[in-house]
Formats: sequence, C-alpha cells, structure tokens
Amino acid sequence: MDLSLNTRTQGEHTVLDVSGEVDVYTAPALRDRITDLLDAGQHLLIVDLGGVEFLDSTGLGVLVAGLNRAREVGGSLALVCPQERVLKLFRITGLDEVFTVHGTVEEALASPAAG
Amino acid sequence: MSRPDIDAMATVTLRLPPNAAHVRTARLVAAAMARRSGVSEEVLDEVRLAVGEACARAVRRHNRYGVREPVTVEFVDRDRFSVTVLDMAPAPGHESAESANKTFLYKTGDLDLGAWTDPTAEALGLALLGAVVHDLEVVDEPNGDGTRLTMSWPLEH
Repeated sequence: MDLSLNTRTQGEHTVLDVSGEVDVYTAPALRDRITDLLDAGQHLLIVDLGGVEFLDSTGLGVLVAGLNRAREVGGSLALVCPQERVLKLFRITGLDEVFTVHGTVEEALASPAAG
Repeated sequence: MSRPDIDAMATVTLRLPPNAAHVRTARLVAAAMARRSGVSEEVLDEVRLAVGEACARAVRRHNRYGVREPVTVEFVDRDRFSVTVLDMAPAPGHESAESANKTFLYKTGDLDLGAWTDPTAEALGLALLGAVVHDLEVVDEPNGDGTRLTMSWPLEH
C-alpha cells in the first residue's frame, strides 16, 4: 500500500483520513485532494494522520501549504496525530507550533478553535 | 555456507532512476540493510527517514536540472552502517552540513509557507536530516557536477 485517502463529513467539518506512506511520490495526491476539498467549499478540514506509516518533508510541506490555503479562504485545517513517531517530525521542524494537533478526531471536533 | 570475510564488509549499491517512485525502494533497502547490519530497532525509523530525505533531495535536484542519470546510493556495513547518496546535478557550492544545521534552526516563519513548492520541502527535508543524523555531511563533487551526502549510524553488536 502506498497512500490511501478517504473523506467523510462530520457536521460542518470534513475529515480526511490519510493512511499509508506520504512521501515525495505520493504527496502530490494529498495536495490535490486538499485543494479539491477547499475548491469545493469544504473549508473546515480535519486531516487524520492516524493511519500514516511514513511521512517525509514533502508531506509536511503539503500540509503546511494546505493550512495556508485553508486560512486564505477563511477556513481551517487541523491535524489528528495519535502517533508519537509522526508527531516527532512536527516537533523537529517546529511545525507543531504552526498546526493545531489533536489526539483524536472527536477531540478535534470538540475543540472550540475546531482547527 | 558462510563467508564471514566477505560478509563482514558488505557494500550494496543502488542506482535509482531519478524518479520519485523509486525513493520508496531506497527506503525499503535501507531498512533491510540497516537491520541486517545490526542497527538497533529504535533507530531504523530514523534510517528510513534520513535515506528517504536524502534520496528525495537527490531526485529533486536531478529533476530541477534535467539530469537523467541515476542517483547512486551506497550502503556500507563496516564498523558503522554508512549511507552515501550521490547525485549528478550541478553543485550549489555552498550547501553543507553547516547550512543543514542552520536550516534545522529555522523558525517556521522563515519558510515559504504559502507555496506548494520544492523549497519548503527542501528546507524541511534538511531540517529532518539534521535532526536524525549526527554526522551528516554534504559536499560538492570535485568538478561541481554533483553532491555527495554521507551519514552513518552505530551498530549494536
């Protein structure tokens, strides 16, 4: 398996489940999906990285750009990241201060900032 | 039938077409080689990440300069597990472990956060490399026709 993307709606939010490997080869598909969702008017995004087995700098870059695009249209992009080894990548790069990171989708939905 | 004299100093060389799809191949080989060499299980994730970043960097450089030759990845199992990634794109002349470390210290405000572009990924990639590799070196090839990135990890046994 390389990358699998699934979306579902939770109230006002759209949850994008990402699983598999997000790397220099597969990250463009993630970028396109985020762009499509924002273009379709789904501006409150929660990206669930729970099923991610590998994430590289390209994947991080796509998430950063997605966050910026979401903000540009008055939306939000929050992350769900229960895995320590993935969280570590956000800490190393300082991106943990850029993103709102939640442990579960429920927590993300309940957050007042909701992204 | 074991041949420990040869086995003790195994070198495996990969030549990857400069195509993003093959970066995963390099990661898989890196993890298999590192495990076999005796790199501890806790460090395998770092090896996988670092080799992936180093190869992604090389592939991006080849694509940027239209270089079609393969990227060379060499794994050497000696007193440490060493990995060398050699690209054949024009050397920037100023890229070094020092700049990698500087990148590591970048605050995200310095990054071009608005773009989908390579520079963001590259800065993040060097930051990740700088964090998981303690002896990272990036040097220009003698004629400036490529860069050589080396890194290594200790063995458990």
